[in-house]
Amino acid sequence: MNVCVPCDSTAVSIGADEVADALTRNDPAITVKRTGSRGLYWLEPMVEVERDGQRIGYGPVTAGDIPGLLDALRSGDTGHPLCVGDVEALLESQGQRRLTLRRTGVVAPGEWADYVANGGTEGLRKALDMEPQSIVDAVKESGLRGRGGAGFPTGIKWQTVHDAEATPKYIVCNADEGDSGTFADRMLMEGDPLALLEGMTIAGLAVGAEQGYIYLRSEYPDAHRMLERALESARTNGMLGDSVLGSGRAFDIEVRIGAGAYICGEETSLLESLEGKRGMIRFKPPLPAIQGFLSRPTVVNNVITLGTVPTILAEGAEVHSSLGMNKSRGTLTIQLCGNVARPGLYEIPFGVTLGHVINDLGGGCASGRPPRAVQVGGPLGAYMPVERFDTPMAYEEFGEAGGMIGHGGVVVFDDTVDMAAQARFALEFCSIESCGKCTPCRIGSVRGQEVIDRITDDDDREANIALLRELCETMIEGSLCAHGGMAPYPVLSALNHFPDDFEPRTTAAV
Amino acid sequence: MSKDETGDALEIESICARHEQREGPLLAILHEVQEGHGYISNEAVGRIAHYLNLTRAEVYGVVTFYPDLREEPPRPHMLKVCRAEACQAAGGREVWATAEAMAADPDCQVEVEPVYCLGNCPCGPAVQMDERTLGRFTPEKVSALIAGASGGSSS
Ligand SMILES: Cc1cc2nc3c(=O)[nH]c(=O)nc-3n(C[C@H](O)[C@H](O)[C@H](O)COP(=O)(O)O)c2cc1C
Ligand code: SF4
Ligand code: FES
Repeated sequence: MNVCVPCDSTAVSIGADEVADALTRNDPAITVKRTGSRGLYWLEPMVEVERDGQRIGYGPVTAGDIPGLLDALRSGDTGHPLCVGDVEALLESQGQRRLTLRRTGVVAPGEWADYVANGGTEGLRKALDMEPQSIVDAVKESGLRGRGGAGFPTGIKWQTVHDAEATPKYIVCNADEGDSGTFADRMLMEGDPLALLEGMTIAGLAVGAEQGYIYLRSEYPDAHRMLERALESARTNGMLGDSVLGSGRAFDIEVRIGAGAYICGEETSLLESLEGKRGMIRFKPPLPAIQGFLSRPTVVNNVITLGTVPTILAEGAEVHSSLGMNKSRGTLTIQLCGNVARPGLYEIPFGVTLGHVINDLGGGCASGRPPRAVQVGGPLGAYMPVERFDTPMAYEEFGEAGGMIGHGGVVVFDDTVDMAAQARFALEFCSIESCGKCTPCRIGSVRGQEVIDRITDDDDREANIALLRELCETMIEGSLCAHGGMAPYPVLSALNHFPDDFEPRTTAAV
Repeated sequence: MSKDETGDALEIESICARHEQREGPLLAILHEVQEGHGYISNEAVGRIAHYLNLTRAEVYGVVTFYPDLREEPPRPHMLKVCRAEACQAAGGREVWATAEAMAADPDCQVEVEPVYCLGNCPCGPAVQMDERTLGRFTPEKVSALIAGASGGSSS
């Protein structure tokens, strides 16, 4: 009997290894296949068994459940209380459309045969038969925009690097995934790392680069192991090296590990760090596409952006461009977490509303209390009140409602949240992670925390609220990069939507 | 400090030699030196600078910029506790407060450091003990984890 158990680090963090051990201990005839996670994290650790071409899921399973579960696994009994039925059908019922994470949770990460049997390398094989310009055109037609936060059209970025004359050129994958509430990059790297390597190789063919780097945050040791395993497998099977799949064209990839600095997720800081320097933000222009790594033309793209490219090439640009809303094409890997009953990764075409995500998919707060505030788009994203739950999850539409989609993280807070404390934390985080180049970001964020303390201490309240707003304006206007330039958004949104929380404290809190 | 100065020098040189062909090798070298020694000593900074033909200030500036790189030997265990928003929403502030208070004890064998997201947000509050990520943490669990590691009965 073949049973799948995730080796994804979040599933492992709540007992997936113990479940896998219990399976083989209770029945040595069981073959356990370790896969990535489907992202249905409230069901993790989840066990899947294959029946008539379907994968039947059971979860959440503990090691102690295994003896009682074995009969159900053997017979594919769907009446067992932990059974969630056909997993693919469950994903579909949620409105998921898996383009990017199609193999995550399905295959054994980094296993070549499994990868190829599930559509791996199809995109690369097509790209090898195309002119570089046609590859760039396909990405443009797909409407793919950068999933790392800024939403810049990927095809246009590639065109710039394609057209640049200087050599050598580089492909750099931004795997710094520093935004709180985001884990899609990690899931792909741990669950289907070969897809990322394939996407980077296609980017290399498109722009004429022969070397790629993955800048991976040090907080992801499991993703690191998976990437190294995938690199070895890709080299052994000729996808990387002097002759990509026998084409005579070279491409190789190296993983570089960051050192705990959030700001190194910003692309110019990342490039400095990759060069072995302090991660100080560079002035733009020149754009990295013209003068990036070692001042050479460089594509810098997020993991999910690059991981989506193989599907676009394999299945055609329309598969991607036909999904979504207005200028947001394709799917958003929504990472739902915080205080929510069904946290997880939902890959869904752009355009569903925030309220649908939190209430229908997420099942409301885990605490059973009503949701009150939702931070979307990481630590620099605004807090959205319940009144904005009708906002569609799409770049422009969300922006018009005062928010930011960013990398697609959605963090839910219930009605016990203290929004003045959240606003203060946004500034604390800004000061801790500032690269230090500009004063409003480096100093303003520290002053801002003091001002919030005075407001909640009822020390010249009105004047200090005005001062806080002014300080936020200065940071927005006077910061070189979005770290200092956007940190005021969570602060201002807290102040605007939740003014009661900035009233003087009656208790001796804070 | 070190018992075998020459041994150290040779080791650092061989680490540098192994990485010098890479484009932008410094961060990788510092990581490896720290992996072996637990921290990056002043002497190490000098040797690396000399080998790569950089100034000491350039190397030292990199060491001080990155939270992961340390100038002092750490305690035997490293616990990173997530202080970021998704974990806060699930009770992470209390986990951090407990861990931070326990680490104030000079006999504590665990280095407690804040981290801003471990990518374990759907199962927060999250911590990472010696590279092992753990989820759904509570003040009780973190206190048992630190006490266990400090009592020498760690796994
Ligand atoms: C403060 C800051 C932090 C960032 N962190 C990340 C990150 O962790 N991962 C990421 O992919 N992009 C991050 N970005 C966005 C990158 O600068 C850049 O836009 C992205 O790597 C481009 O890739 P994409 O077009 O595929 O999204 C960050 C930006 C800023 C301003
Ligand atoms: S805004 Fe902050 S992080 Fe960005 S360049 Fe200025 S000081 Fe550095
Ligand atoms: S916010 Fe704590 S693990 Fe992501």
